[in-house]
Amino acid sequence: MSTRPSLSTLRLVWLYPDLLSTYGDRGNLQVLAYRAIGRGIDVDIVEVTSDKHMPTEGDIYLIGGGEDGPQALAADRLRADGSLPRAVNKGAVIFSVCAGYQIMGTSFMAKGEQHAGLGLLDIHSQRGDKRAVGELAGQIDPRLHVPTLTGFENHGGRTFIGPNAAPLAKVTHGIGNDGTTEGAWAGRIMGTYLHGPALARNPLLADLLLSWVTGSQLVPLDDTWPTALRNERLAAVNPKQLPPDANNAMELM
Amino acid sequence: MTNLSPRARLATALLRTAATLSRVSGRGDGSVIGGRVGLKVEPRLLALLAENRQVALISGTNGKTTTTRFTAAALGALGPVATNSFGANMPTGHTTALAKAPEASNAVLEVDEHYLAQLLLESKPRVVALLNLSRDQLDRAMEVGMLAEKWRTALTAHPDVHVIANADDPMVTWAAQAVPRVTWVAGGQRWQEDSWACPECGKRLDRYGEYWRCTNCGLTRPSPQWSVDGDQVVDPTGQRATLSLQLPGQVNRNNAATALAIAAEFGVPLTEAVPQLSKVRSIAGRYAVVRRDGRRARLLLAKNPAGWLEAFDMLDPGVPVTLCLNAREVDGYDTSWIYDVDYSPVLGRQVLVTGDRRFDLAVRLQVNGIDFTVVDNFAAALRAAPEGNVEVIANYTAFQDIRSEFDRVN
Repeated sequence: MSTRPSLSTLRLVWLYPDLLSTYGDRGNLQVLAYRAIGRGIDVDIVEVTSDKHMPTEGDIYLIGGGEDGPQALAADRLRADGSLPRAVNKGAVIFSVCAGYQIMGTSFMAKGEQHAGLGLLDIHSQRGDKRAVGELAGQIDPRLHVPTLTGFENHGGRTFIGPNAAPLAKVTHGIGNDGTTEGAWAGRIMGTYLHGPALARNPLLADLLLSWVTGSQLVPLDDTWPTALRNERLAAVNPKQLPPDANNAMELM
Repeated sequence: MTNLSPRARLATALLRTAATLSRVSGRGDGSVIGGRVGLKVEPRLLALLAENRQVALISGTNGKTTTTRFTAAALGALGPVATNSFGANMPTGHTTALAKAPEASNAVLEVDEHYLAQLLLESKPRVVALLNLSRDQLDRAMEVGMLAEKWRTALTAHPDVHVIANADDPMVTWAAQAVPRVTWVAGGQRWQEDSWACPECGKRLDRYGEYWRCTNCGLTRPSPQWSVDGDQVVDPTGQRATLSLQLPGQVNRNNAATALAIAAEFGVPLTEAVPQLSKVRSIAGRYAVVRRDGRRARLLLAKNPAGWLEAFDMLDPGVPVTLCLNAREVDGYDTSWIYDVDYSPVLGRQVLVTGDRRFDLAVRLQVNGIDFTVVDNFAAALRAAPEGNVEVIANYTAFQDIRSEFDRVN
């Protein structure tokens, strides 16, 4: 796959913020931009709304979470557009979250019906018995050399990983794909259920994506605040204190 | 109230006692516990207490407490008003509000978005005002589209109710159109991120400034009967009235317009209602100014992205700002939404960051390119600011923590 060792401008493409941007996933874009600029790399951000054709020259494509209706619509638009597989063939990186993660697979459920995904990741998703809501922690695939995964999940899906993809992490707290693993990756395509946003809570995962584009290791940044946040969140994860059922609305006084 | 059954009378008496006990023992204003006791003795108490009164319900993601207070003030021109002025916006709080004001023939009730259907059924309102719908506490609340659908279904079952609704919000518009009689109010809406897709058909909405429409199914922003123009409110006859509110921000002028529309439906003329609104200075600590060691801190409550955007609009130029973020149960455990807010409006002023989740805010501000100082608590934030004015933006429990440091300032 191609890398861009003399990279001067990183092209970040955010797909369909009008449809899939419900849970602060814009943060992943902001974190990638911040961490690239910190390494002296200029950033060119393209936000592609669902009425536009998407460029195939992006370095990293981001797609976020959202409700069932917009998810199905986004999958239809992406399949009709056809640009994303072409970008992948050119070596683009994809970082997909929640609804966007499911769309990368072969199929997913929305509003009680099965929908075709893009088939870029060997996964398929079903509906779970109950929503997975709360903090998640897990050990990331050791081949990726990234420390503990931390984030917040809020989804009703269960995802099954085929032989041509690997789990992103083994779950130590939370549900993720199925209570055992969380997220998936293959080549340069990665997906996760985590918000938080995921890359704000896992800055070295952001750096991994950037290094896939640059082809070289990146100089460290001052990560005082992300480290403080990670330590605080990982310490807060205590299996004895699961958040209460999300469906229990409670009184404000 | 005179024709209440003995059981309802007993329930009401027990409710008042429980509320009083709770209040004098310093455990809040007693609205929730009182209502709980009363409803246990007589499950129909809310409906019984609402009978023979003219009820206005006010719901929406943001601004319902303020709009309720404005409306109660405006209806005060007609006589006593029963209202849940402490923000206890579920049926226990409504029951207490009605029980505490037996002589009031008018009631103004703030309603949690999820309880609108129940309140429509039990309180048989004359008017329902729908303010806005946006993302809020996504880990435990409903997604915005589902909430709009729930409202629409609830209203469909009550075609006789008069709805006053925000024409600038496509979700609200779509829900409100379930009834034939709607009065539309418009004052502009900063937050538009939850209504890109048409609530009717799911296709992309076209927007031009405040106007919006769906080219696929034809759902279109209705022309408003009430509007806000600068600091003036324009009524359906074209009459203008200048607001002189004590509360800051464009959003409160919009809330005032909705309150005036409700008041008009209850028969209060614009010229009588407008001066009543100027009497509202702060609401359960919102917009209150607290003083300590030469600092004057103004407290702004903002619970979700739309609320933070509106709060930024209220900041006095150049004044240091303290941002306080918690993520306890009532706040929602998920802080991701802070990435849906653009913090650049606080650029160029001193920014102090505190609250349980101050590190989340720190990372957020860092990637937003904003300089900030993290401090351990609100007291430290005040010490870190120079003497003079300080603005404070806090989400729900962070706000309550600050209030309790100042004798639960109102």
